[in-house]
Amino acid sequence: MYPAAFDYKRPESAAEAISLVNEFGDDAKFLAGGHSLLPLMKLRLAQPTVLIDIGRLADLSYIRDAGDHIAIGALTRHKDVETSALLRQHVPLLADAAAHVGDRQVRHRGTIGGSIAHADSASDLPATILALGAKLIAEGIGGRREIPAVDFFKGFLESALLPDELLVEIQVPKMSNAGWSFLKFNRRAQDWAIVGVAAWRDAGNCGVALVNMGSTPILATSVVRAIADGASVTDAAALACAEAEPQSDNNATAEYRTHLAQVLVKRALETCSR
Amino acid sequence: MGGSILGNRVVRKEDPKFLTTGGKYVDDLFDEPLLAGALHVTYVRSTVAHGQIISIDTSTAKDMDGVVAVFTAESLGLELMPAGLNKSAKRAFLARDKVRYVGEPLAAIVATSRTAGEDAAETVVVDYNVLPAVVDVREAAESTVHLFEEVGSNIVFDSMNLGAPDNSGPEFFDGCEVVVRETIVNQRVAPCPMEVRGSAVAWVDGRLHQWLSTQHAQGAHSSLCRTFGYEPANVRVIAPDVGGGFGAKIGLYGEELLLSVMSQQLGRPLIWRESRSESMVALGHGRAQVQEIAIGGSRDGRVHAYQLKVLQDCGGWVDSAAFLAPFMTRPMSQGVYDIDRIECRTLSIVTNTTPVVPYRGAGRPEATAAIERAMDLFAAEIGMDPVDVRSKNLIQPFNEPYQTKMGQTYDVGNYIESLNRVTVAAKYSELRAEQAKRRAAGDTVQLGIGVSVYVEITGGGGTGDTAKIEVLENGRAKVYTGTSPHGQGHDTAWSMLASDQTGIPMDRIEVIHGDTDLVPKGGGTFGSRSLQQGGAAVHVAAVELVDIARGLAATLLEANEDDIVLDKENGAFHVAGSPSVNKTWADLAVAKKSEGGLVHAIDFRVDGATFPFGAHVAVVEVDTETGKVRHIAHTTCDDAGTVLNPLLRDGQIHGGVAQGSAQALLEEVLYDPDGNPTTSNLADYAMISAAEVPSVTIVMMETPTFMNPLGAKGIGESGSIGATPAVQSAVCDALLHLGVRHVDMPATPERVWRAIHTAKSGVGQ
Ligand SMILES: Cc1cc2nc3c(=O)[nH]c(=O)nc-3n(C[C@H](O)[C@H](O)[C@H](O)COP(=O)(O)OP(=O)(O)OC[C@H]3O[C@@H](n4cnc5c(N)ncnc54)[C@H](O)[C@@H]3O)c2cc1C
Repeated sequence: MYPAAFDYKRPESAAEAISLVNEFGDDAKFLAGGHSLLPLMKLRLAQPTVLIDIGRLADLSYIRDAGDHIAIGALTRHKDVETSALLRQHVPLLADAAAHVGDRQVRHRGTIGGSIAHADSASDLPATILALGAKLIAEGIGGRREIPAVDFFKGFLESALLPDELLVEIQVPKMSNAGWSFLKFNRRAQDWAIVGVAAWRDAGNCGVALVNMGSTPILATSVVRAIADGASVTDAAALACAEAEPQSDNNATAEYRTHLAQVLVKRALETCSR
Repeated sequence: MGGSILGNRVVRKEDPKFLTTGGKYVDDLFDEPLLAGALHVTYVRSTVAHGQIISIDTSTAKDMDGVVAVFTAESLGLELMPAGLNKSAKRAFLARDKVRYVGEPLAAIVATSRTAGEDAAETVVVDYNVLPAVVDVREAAESTVHLFEEVGSNIVFDSMNLGAPDNSGPEFFDGCEVVVRETIVNQRVAPCPMEVRGSAVAWVDGRLHQWLSTQHAQGAHSSLCRTFGYEPANVRVIAPDVGGGFGAKIGLYGEELLLSVMSQQLGRPLIWRESRSESMVALGHGRAQVQEIAIGGSRDGRVHAYQLKVLQDCGGWVDSAAFLAPFMTRPMSQGVYDIDRIECRTLSIVTNTTPVVPYRGAGRPEATAAIERAMDLFAAEIGMDPVDVRSKNLIQPFNEPYQTKMGQTYDVGNYIESLNRVTVAAKYSELRAEQAKRRAAGDTVQLGIGVSVYVEITGGGGTGDTAKIEVLENGRAKVYTGTSPHGQGHDTAWSMLASDQTGIPMDRIEVIHGDTDLVPKGGGTFGSRSLQQGGAAVHVAAVELVDIARGLAATLLEANEDDIVLDKENGAFHVAGSPSVNKTWADLAVAKKSEGGLVHAIDFRVDGATFPFGAHVAVVEVDTETGKVRHIAHTTCDDAGTVLNPLLRDGQIHGGVAQGSAQALLEEVLYDPDGNPTTSNLADYAMISAAEVPSVTIVMMETPTFMNPLGAKGIGESGSIGATPAVQSAVCDALLHLGVRHVDMPATPERVWRAIHTAKSGVGQ
């Protein structure tokens, strides 16, 4: 199908993008990789009248060592996250999660900022940055602000970003020597996750978040607490769905999703604990 | 002298084009002069599964920018027309009075661009009196809600009408120590050709030119003439490159037929190409049977009686689907087995879903799936290895026609040999040992081994095909064929056949097909018919052409015809022993110039179908905690008679195995209870990808048929026929020790997990 008609703007800088979105207001949408927005527009589930194409803002595409964390520009493509030596060394969980996104074509177009701003609970990266306790940097007409990942995902396809704010940077803490595991359960290699788990563990500290187990990515706080309290992996994994609100769809009923999440959390924690 | 090129792995001639610049499909015809200024057609489709149409309001659409015309059944004066197999069921090309499935075309918008058409389509308001949707085929059979009220039932055809008895009484299984029954689902799948449907039309001086993404240009030509009374000479159908069909593009659809009518009214060329989302609901679907199987025999492994009842879901129309069960599944229901008592009854039933059409195998995979599942259930019940049970019941090898209980005449068969070869190549006993080890250890990931043996019918219904070979004055040749390749590789195969006889190099041979002005008569490409009928025609035409050319060379060389030989290496005729004085193909073509050129055309006839057979072994791993299945290995031994080009054969097997694996594990078209499709794009519909297909080991076996001079049988559908039950069987086999008897297709992770879960709690109780 074809999208409804729209106007197209291509700003040269982040500042110009922000001023454009202020000019056009609610009718405008940022276009990054287009791999979430354009499918919705083709099905006419989204009908923005102005697209502000930020896809070529080179100054928003970078991966930098910032001491205790790695700073990633919002326009960085999944492919660059996947193959970054810096991330492979300091935040391997995120690089591996990026490698699980869609297929090659998708990873070459889609951006980390687009994926997070879109706030789809079925996406791989939102849960991953949640498990890692990342910070999101948003920029609006009044300047920059910092949003912790736990406060970012508000509801189904809903984030803490204001309509006229641009997500500019993702700050991910270094993992030092933590064990980690990203497990994605799907039917075909390039599919979205039916259920996914992003987990890391460093002795009694750990982070566990679930993909597609509710309207937002889910932080499995009960599992984290249980591990901190010295529970076994099996006992902790049994609490995997304490915070989840899984839905039923063609691929899985809520009951089966619950079962899968428990199996996957157990397997992920076993890998992390090795 | 070089040997024959036939039987060699000759690389496909057509691939450089397809893999680089791309072919020319309907959507690429923008530079076709006859289509200059073509308008775009967009169909408005029903959004409800079952309803009476109260009104269709197109007033907004008509006034929109870029919209040239809007047509409905009423404005076009379309009549209701009866279905082939049941004259009481009637419909028009655009819905009139009633809609019967989501996606049924209701109106056509003609606009200056595709986007303008789509914008306008959104504004058409249809007022429905929504009726209860009949979605499940079992419920449809009983329902008092009827899709076609005049039929008085949703059952539109019953094979009992063919005069076959129905002995469903218990005496049918008299003398059987063991009787096993199961209801199994052969689910609805979507053919998903890479190229969706498309067509373009232009009327030039009262003559219709229609480009069409079709498997059968000549069939489309006759449909157009039959439907609208066009003079055959005034219609030209052209199939440009066609990006796959899998059976779903054999017949013409209403959307395609109507184009010529609208174009005539408007006096403008038209082009139409559906979107993928449209294609998923408006291109025909495949399979869609519910099968009740019952098998009885003795504990020594002999099967005495087999009964199959088929409920064929036809979808919202009585088209080709109504034929599939009685005329494709039923005749092949006996499979490869020698069984005393066998019967098959089929009911063709309409539902509020997309109409079902032939899809790779078209009724035969369903027949094979039923009897192979029955064999496995019987084997499991008596605790015998599934290979042993099959071996005990196979029809003995035969080299002369074999009459089956279902009225078929199988040509040649050696089923036990194909089963032996495939089990050896797959290392069957080692696999069983590995399986036993994992079972004993209670591993999370269990191994499953599935076996199938099949026989199928190819070239059925076809009576032959046409071929014409023309030698040009530069020594090149053109081969005209009645087949219609859409991925199969006929350019390569037919060039090989012509080159083999004439000695004209393959790269100097051009194969021409799919244009009714150039090839007025032809059988098209479906039902695995092409090589055995169209290819054999090319072969015979080439043999006869060489004879004609030899006579001509004798005259020109003033020699006795019997002394003339063809030097294939140099493409020249000469008197045996004196090669220096010769006549090349070019010389002969020049000599024939004044008499219409050096051309030979034939209409080659065959007596009937051939019956390829084979055996498959599938290996799967099942994660018993999550239910996820991985198809990890697949071995086949497919006997398609004499093989012309093993590379092309392998390609057909690979694709067929992929589609078989897809049906067994992944793909299923789904509807909600109101008849709304929930798998109408390729994110929701789990079409298989390369990552899910295991590498396929192909074991050779060639038992030539006597039905055509090439000894060739069909190979196009064997892969899907043999693989589907083998993979399904492997899944069930992996879970047998856990108490699971049967898992329906597709073996989705949740379905497998539930089967394990249910069996476990059953044991615990
Ligand atoms: C076939 C296919 C398969 C896929 N499979 C997966 C998968 O397996 N796992 C997965 O996680 N994802 C998958 N995706 C989605 C993919 O990862 C997308 O790239 C990603 O979700 C969105 O990123 P984008 O850059 O394409 O964003 P866009 O589509 O351009 O934008 C998405 C939304 O975010 C907004 N936006 C984008 N950038 C910013 C920004 N910097 N600041 C504020 N708002 C912004 C846009 O306005 C829009 O609303 C798949 C996509 C496709 C097409």
